[in-house]
Amino acid sequence: MSDNTNKTANTAGLRGALSGPLEAVRTHWDRAPGWERWAVYVLLVIGALFLPYQGLAPAMSPESDWQTILFYPIGIYVLLALGLNVVIGYAGMLDLGYVAFWAIGAYTMATMAVKHGIGFWPLLPCGIVLAAVSGVILGAPTLRLRGDYLAIVTLGFGEIVRKVAENTDWLGGTRGVNNIPHPPSHEGVWFLGVDLFTYKIRDARPYYYLLVALIILVVIFSKRLEASRIGRSWTAIREDEDAAEIMGVPTFKFKLLSFATGAAIGGSAGVVFAAKTSYVAPANFPFLLSATILAAVVLGGAGNIPGVIVGAFLVAWLPERFRGLADYRDLAFGAILVAMMIFRPEGLIPSRQRKAEMAEGGGGMGHMGAEIDTSGSEAEVGSR
Amino acid sequence: MLLELKDVHVHYGKIEALKGVSLEVGEGEIVSLIGGNGAGKTTTLKTISGLRSCSAGSVFFEGADIGSMPGHRRVLAGIGQAPEGRGIFPGMSVHENLLMGAYARKDDHTKELAEAYELFPRLAERRTQAAGTMSGGEQQMLAIGRALLSKPKVLLLDEPSMGLAPMLVQQIFSIIEEINRRGTTILLVEQNAQQALRLAHRAYVLETGRIVRSAPASELLDDPQVRAAYLGGDVGGDPGAAAAASGPESVALSKPAKGGPAKGEPAKGEPAKGEAEPADDAEPDGADAPDGE
Ligand SMILES: Nc1ncnc2c1ncn2[C@@H]1O[C@H](COP(=O)(O)OP(=O)(O)O)[C@@H](O)[C@H]1O
Ligand SMILES: [Mg+2]
Repeated sequence: MSDNTNKTANTAGLRGALSGPLEAVRTHWDRAPGWERWAVYVLLVIGALFLPYQGLAPAMSPESDWQTILFYPIGIYVLLALGLNVVIGYAGMLDLGYVAFWAIGAYTMATMAVKHGIGFWPLLPCGIVLAAVSGVILGAPTLRLRGDYLAIVTLGFGEIVRKVAENTDWLGGTRGVNNIPHPPSHEGVWFLGVDLFTYKIRDARPYYYLLVALIILVVIFSKRLEASRIGRSWTAIREDEDAAEIMGVPTFKFKLLSFATGAAIGGSAGVVFAAKTSYVAPANFPFLLSATILAAVVLGGAGNIPGVIVGAFLVAWLPERFRGLADYRDLAFGAILVAMMIFRPEGLIPSRQRKAEMAEGGGGMGHMGAEIDTSGSEAEVGSR
Repeated sequence: MLLELKDVHVHYGKIEALKGVSLEVGEGEIVSLIGGNGAGKTTTLKTISGLRSCSAGSVFFEGADIGSMPGHRRVLAGIGQAPEGRGIFPGMSVHENLLMGAYARKDDHTKELAEAYELFPRLAERRTQAAGTMSGGEQQMLAIGRALLSKPKVLLLDEPSMGLAPMLVQQIFSIIEEINRRGTTILLVEQNAQQALRLAHRAYVLETGRIVRSAPASELLDDPQVRAAYLGGDVGGDPGAAAAASGPESVALSKPAKGGPAKGEPAKGEPAKGEAEPADDAEPDGADAPDGE
């Protein structure tokens, strides 16, 4: 018994140690004047632009090509995590089939470009819209479900999309689609030693910069949403859906919007991915990937953009960095995730609001609880 | 009538939680709905605010059938609610919570905001605090204050005294009275019947999904059966026993917290159509218990 209390105390101590300095930075940031924030944003973007620098490669990824893994998995994971964050982090809905929207974007690019010769740039908005529409189609009948039920339905959706791709000849079956054209090139625009708009097989960097541009757009978009009336509605839904409804929030409509927005972002990642790899197959879109992106969001701090980006970066990068450990790296990765959930369940860089939600016992995941009989617990409260 | 329920039936899957509830709330009244755990009080309020839909029967508000109106529209129509378990937004500050109450409104809400802070000075002190970190009583104040921001015509309160210290209950109830005095109609759901009946003008007694009694509150307050079943009354131990033992024409005030359907299979023992004398249900409970009266 005393051993147990000791452990709890230890955990709490460790948690405190972890969050102390971060908390100070956070407080400072909250009070920082506009110019300071902008300076930090600019520095971060510059940092992202210099990231493919070959000199970093030995340290960052001794075993694989740094510039390639910067595009995939790192960049793609970050974009996907930002998209999933809109669903999980903002509206508090557990989506276990998110990878399906990425697949829909990728297959839009693959089939339309290969079969109909449509270019990358017109297909980018097409893929986005198509993914969003599938989000609505999946969401409309299912978003009345809550918590675990929604998770199961979305999980099924992810698998169905993959199975459909596997079994449709028009989509290439299990072999997938080959020879997807790259985006059109405009040679001669040099930037940091990169021919910026030359999309060929060799150089991954132009694709990476394309992703960076998309990520910046998505971050701005997310931030604006977060601060808007829509964002407030999502927060209310996440924290207490019934209460939100009786405040006058059209909860169903906003859940659908969150789902479609997340899907659209996933779709954009899919189009870019297909255009870079020039090859997509159902095997690219396993359930495991949905789970990994979910892990990235939760690990980093659902609902908080810097957290989500850091989480996705780590989840994508660590396994590549420690490729040398071969199979043990999955074990190590699992151990890290478990440790995180014990010592810092709110994520590496959580949002303040989420922390307060967790303190209240909501789990910081919104009210994931499905329609359950609350009268049992009510009896407990009442008798106190 | 401002609010009227006519023969409302509500199901959770196969479980019928409300079996034909009819009640009326007139403008300016405080009407109380009392009943044991699992009687269907919360379900009744959820049906009024649109969180659950009726499988039969209808809900009228200001004369119009609002049965098919979604919950978020009913707020604008004038139905405000402080839900069971308070339902505050834990991650939002007190102030943000209050503003959520005015979410649906397009007009100016400064007057209601000031009024909420005036009624609950405690909230003004805690303006920027995250609502989830407040005490139960403060959260209850917030839930009521937030509901007021929608400028409701009728305010639905679901067990505002739940889990609060007696002192605080007093305080909350006197504020409820004040809110009513300022012109808001109130439908008050309570397990704490004593307090509710003191405050209310009229009351309904709900039991396993049926209204078994409707009377002026003062009358129920003096009623021995009600006292026994819901007021902890003069019976020390099992109040259900007393109710069951107290005569054949009893209105089956038989299922207080303990024996209520909440714990086990809800409403399982309830015959589907046959309509057995509800008092029979109580017999097994009460058979071997000492007489209370
Ligand atoms: N979400 C739910 N799912 C299934 N049954 C429920 C649910 N909520 C309530 N019930 C059942 O409906 C009945 C009425 O519950 P409720 O309205 O919460 O009662 P009260 O508020 O009077 O305690 C109970 O038998 C309860 O078990
Ligand atoms: Mg209740």
